[in-house]
Amino acid sequence: MTGEPSFGARSTAARTGAPGSWPYLWALPPLAALGLVFLYPLALVAWQSVSPEDGGHSLAPYAEVFAETSFGTALTHTVLIAAGATAGALLLGLALSLVIAFVPFPGGRALARFIDLFLAFPSFLITLALLFLYGTVGIANGVWTDLTGASHGPLDFLHTPWGVLLAEVTYFTPFVMRPLLAAFSQMDTGQLEAAASLGARPWRIVRTVILPEALPALAAGGALVLVLCLNEFGIVLFTGAKDVVTLPVLVYSKALLDGDYTGACVVAVVNIALSVALYALYRAVMPRTTRTTTAGSSGRTAGARNGGRAAPRTGGVPHRAGVQ
Amino acid sequence: MAAAPLPAQEVCRTVLVSSKPARRVLHVLFLALFLPLFALPLLVIVAASFATNWSGALPSGATLAHYRELARGDALTALLTSLGTALAASLAALTAGTWAALAAQRLGRRARRVLDGLFLLPLAVPSVVVGLALLVAFSRPPLLLNGTPQIVILAHTVLVTAFAHQSVTAALARLDPAYEQSAAGLGARPGYVLWRVKLPLLLPSLTAAAGLCFALSMGELSATMMLYPPDWLPLPVQIFAATDRGALFSGAALAVALMATTLLVLLAVSRLRTRAGYR
Repeated sequence: MTGEPSFGARSTAARTGAPGSWPYLWALPPLAALGLVFLYPLALVAWQSVSPEDGGHSLAPYAEVFAETSFGTALTHTVLIAAGATAGALLLGLALSLVIAFVPFPGGRALARFIDLFLAFPSFLITLALLFLYGTVGIANGVWTDLTGASHGPLDFLHTPWGVLLAEVTYFTPFVMRPLLAAFSQMDTGQLEAAASLGARPWRIVRTVILPEALPALAAGGALVLVLCLNEFGIVLFTGAKDVVTLPVLVYSKALLDGDYTGACVVAVVNIALSVALYALYRAVMPRTTRTTTAGSSGRTAGARNGGRAAPRTGGVPHRAGVQ
Repeated sequence: MAAAPLPAQEVCRTVLVSSKPARRVLHVLFLALFLPLFALPLLVIVAASFATNWSGALPSGATLAHYRELARGDALTALLTSLGTALAASLAALTAGTWAALAAQRLGRRARRVLDGLFLLPLAVPSVVVGLALLVAFSRPPLLLNGTPQIVILAHTVLVTAFAHQSVTAALARLDPAYEQSAAGLGARPGYVLWRVKLPLLLPSLTAAAGLCFALSMGELSATMMLYPPDWLPLPVQIFAATDRGALFSGAALAVALMATTLLVLLAVSRLRTRAGYR
């Protein structure tokens, strides 16, 4: 052979932490592309946010935006709706996953698949569907008017934050269920059997055996959903409510409806700061998830037999949405 | 030992709630939550797309008019626009994401974390902000893309690359290094190992990632709303325009078209994937 080290040897060397010049060169083209179409534009947004219209550079745009009441309400709405939707999705996702995994019924697996389908569809479809379910025309109010003969039904919450909350809980619950179901399917069943044979009641088994095992998956799913809720735009836009304004909607309306790009950039920077901080937290939680969920499985073959279903690394992200 | 995990699972499933009535109650509760929340939304959209009015418990005025509308005019253009955008964006994202994932694998631990983090960053940044950023960056020289279809495709690419990168990274981590090591040990050059050993092994994951990217791009609304030029209206924008002017039922028909197209492509991709898996 020539003196050139083989590919395998080089990659092992790289893995053990001895960097050659080649690996970095290979990483350059994708990095350059990412820099041009993503990092450079983001930097420009940050730059524009400190460049007021009348020239020069200062923090004046921030002071201006922070003083607006619309910003304050948008920030509160965003955080409250995101926190509420995350809590709702966690509770609902945990309950549904527990039934699918531990109280199985025929077709339960198919239902789990069906939930995956949600991840392939855009979020705004949920708001559209809710309009036909609970809107001023639609099933719920239709049933009410049919039964009571009233001229219009009692439900009119879709244009309020509650409508957004319901849509977000519905849409994001599958994001919690995927990592949870993966974690459940890899759980060491010996503990459960031991607890049950010692006479522990189901609720106690859930609390003391299942939940501690599932906690990392739950945390990862929750953190991801929180970030996605903070960034959600389609659901809020389709609600069409003038008084439900979140940070992404404020970015949109400032830039496109008011033409105030500097203001939009300020709101964008605040939104990025919020989301990226949370995302960093999520990434910090992720490695723990990987360790815990793989520890229960009997090594490589078990994971392979699941068809990579568990894919702990991908956590709650729909890496396989509907395709398997 | 070979078939151990599955039977063990069955055992644990039956122990948790052993009494039959209790199981029945749980299942009824489950369906009472599941059906209205997850099954009904998709059903009502399909039902509404065939209706002209919905003031009672059920829709009324059965019609195919919305679908006839769909077959001609703007809706068809929008569907083709979405298909084109999604195809271009997922191919570009797959290339960039796979390249980055392969390159990251050869880096040291810390450098790999940085590269992965950078490529996953678009997941954390709001899509609207990605749209705004591209608008700010490419409305000025040297690159003037504002008002062109390319800027929409670019935005979609940025948004879905993270998913492609993540899928491929996960697949690479599951890949048995023995294959490439033995190929390299037999004297195969790095390029040959990549092309004839690694990529074929990754093919199932690559097609799955492509399907996911395609589906996400088909439904992308946030960044598109910031960027779309008047002559490049993807389907989600059309759906929003329809519902915004109160045409809920034609909006529903458009949504059905969107869902059906996405599902068809996902189905085709998963068949392709099974075939690739058998190779």
